[in-house]
Amino acid sequence: MEGANKCILNHVRRHCGTLIVNAGFPRTVMAVTQGTALKTLDVNLSRVFAGGCGKASLSSCSPKVCIVGSGPAGFYTAQHLIKARQDVEVDIYERLPVPFGLVRFGVAPDHPEVKNVINTFTQTAKHSRCSFYGNVNVGKNVSITELQQAYHAVVLSYGAEGNRSMGVPGEDLAGVYSAKDFVGWYNGLPSCRELSPDLSCETAVILGQGNVALDVARILLSPIDILKKTDITQPTLEALAESQVRRVLIVGRRGPIQIACTIKELREMVNLPDTRPDMVAADFDGVKEALKDLPRPRKRLTELMLKTALEVPGEKEQERRSKASRTWGFRFFRSPVEVLAEPGHSRIAGIRLAINKLEGSGDGAQAVLTGEVEDVPCGLVVSSIGYKSLPIDPSVPFDSRKAIVPNTMGRVKQAAGLYCSGWLKTGPTGVIATTMNNSFDTARSILEDMDSGTLDMSAAKPGSQSISALLEKRGVKPVTFSDWEKIDNVEMKRGESRGKPREKLLTVEEMLHVAWT
Amino acid sequence: MAASAAVRSSMGLTLRLSRVIPDCSTCPLFRLKCNAKNVANLQRRGSFDSLRTINRHLQTSIGLYHSEEGSSNAEHPEDVVNVVYIDRSGQRIPVKAKVGDNVLYLAHKHGIELEGACEASLACSTCHVYVSAAHFDKLREPEEREDDMLDMAPMLQENSRLGCQIILTPELDGIELTLPKVTRNFYVDGHVPKPH
Repeated sequence: MEGANKCILNHVRRHCGTLIVNAGFPRTVMAVTQGTALKTLDVNLSRVFAGGCGKASLSSCSPKVCIVGSGPAGFYTAQHLIKARQDVEVDIYERLPVPFGLVRFGVAPDHPEVKNVINTFTQTAKHSRCSFYGNVNVGKNVSITELQQAYHAVVLSYGAEGNRSMGVPGEDLAGVYSAKDFVGWYNGLPSCRELSPDLSCETAVILGQGNVALDVARILLSPIDILKKTDITQPTLEALAESQVRRVLIVGRRGPIQIACTIKELREMVNLPDTRPDMVAADFDGVKEALKDLPRPRKRLTELMLKTALEVPGEKEQERRSKASRTWGFRFFRSPVEVLAEPGHSRIAGIRLAINKLEGSGDGAQAVLTGEVEDVPCGLVVSSIGYKSLPIDPSVPFDSRKAIVPNTMGRVKQAAGLYCSGWLKTGPTGVIATTMNNSFDTARSILEDMDSGTLDMSAAKPGSQSISALLEKRGVKPVTFSDWEKIDNVEMKRGESRGKPREKLLTVEEMLHVAWT
Repeated sequence: MAASAAVRSSMGLTLRLSRVIPDCSTCPLFRLKCNAKNVANLQRRGSFDSLRTINRHLQTSIGLYHSEEGSSNAEHPEDVVNVVYIDRSGQRIPVKAKVGDNVLYLAHKHGIELEGACEASLACSTCHVYVSAAHFDKLREPEEREDDMLDMAPMLQENSRLGCQIILTPELDGIELTLPKVTRNFYVDGHVPKPH
């Protein structure tokens, strides 16, 4: 039997012409063509015979993978691995007691459909070959080295919890916040609970014009009646109900054609009840002429902006605008140079912006200082210029310039058995779909390495058995997925009485209490 | 050995395996057939059913045994819509569907790897597909919200649509839906598609 097996495989190799290493594609039988079908045949044979590798080495046949981080990157990587091989076991470690990362703490409360992806992740988490371990701080409770000893492969998917700073004087004044913290605050991230932003001013200035900036603007200006039916936190709702903010400026270094947001979010601002747009027509000089050369997504977005900024509105729209109590607008060609304090106070009074001009065009256009500046009075500044990954363990290579873990196709450079996916791999841009593709790529690299022998699968690994023992010794108690489901149920129940999809628990202590009672 | 002799031939796989798989219990391919069937029986329903797909394809390509699942037999033949999915590896997967079927959920039912992260609520672009030229114009015009989400999809083409918005009608018989190769692994120059 063994001989027949080897014989076939050898002939298949020779006649196929290509080395039959599974490229890590899902192991479905591929098209009935010579090469690929034989390639898969090889795969299926080897998997079928996996059961025959002998009792002694049975555990060496089940690859154990550890994923650090339970956001979209972690879950999509897990999903792909579990689907692709019937013997892979995946353990997901998460620092907080609750899973899902930015889907829970980043996606805006008024975008509930985007959060539907949680159902897919829940299916993965409840798969027999997947386990979730919340409340475990990798880097503090357990090291990456220890994880690497326990697992065949370790995938870092812990995202970007820091933010880029503006690097200007006055950045630390009261009234200046990073969008990351502001979003964390309205989404109930425990570490942002005490943010308590002061909303008693009329004008708020947001630096940055990506989707996060637009989310912040929209949450600041949305009618309370809309927000109170979402999963926005109760303290935020109360603060917004008292908010005096009536005008939000969304400021970018470059021009309309370089704006980083997408059309869906722009449309939401344009259609936001009780608001009207307030743009500077001169900012759009030359934009109409450039339209014809733009690719479709950029073209549609720019057309909507032009329409909003320049078109004379019809009667109905004119009436709607005149009744609006709040305004929002883009300001282009402006970079922050200083946050200005009220004389003798440490509260913000305004922001000084440098005026830029563009050199070049399209995506590659650069903002160049002209030397002129302009001061904008405001009481709230939100800096939305990008998230940033942080190193969590000294044993992991980290590129501090790009703020990512250096890697090739998800394989961490100079670190065998270590992989990365999501924002930690490519930098903090992209929507859930981007992260999905990114994570599937990393999973494919892992599967390739398993098949080719680059990942040493010859020795059995203890996986969660040894890590759980370690954690217990250190007094760390993980939160299981069913523990999370208790938290989930409590949140949904609390939300019910308020007409919200859920009322989030706001502290780790509360979460753990519910999890373990 | 009969098996290796067959393999040595330069014919297509179908022929090879049909010569290699007489009911010979010593043949490793016989074990493949048995194991695939067994595992398929144990396989959970839902998205993790790649072995069900193997089942179906072994049937399609070499007629070894009955498909485990049985095609979605329409009650009335005029309700049948023949659909072909072309997955990311280029494999063609023919499916017998019914009028009214949703292209995304149909894909899920047949184990085709079309993600639907937002569950058909026009809040993502993970179910992005290319529609065969002959059928593209027979689809209903996309609503603005679909166009907005399509704008975010990497490798957008003229014939791009979101699978969750395509409902099968009799005119779409023969439609072919290709899953875009959206992974970085395919970009030799390291280019990363960059939506925002």
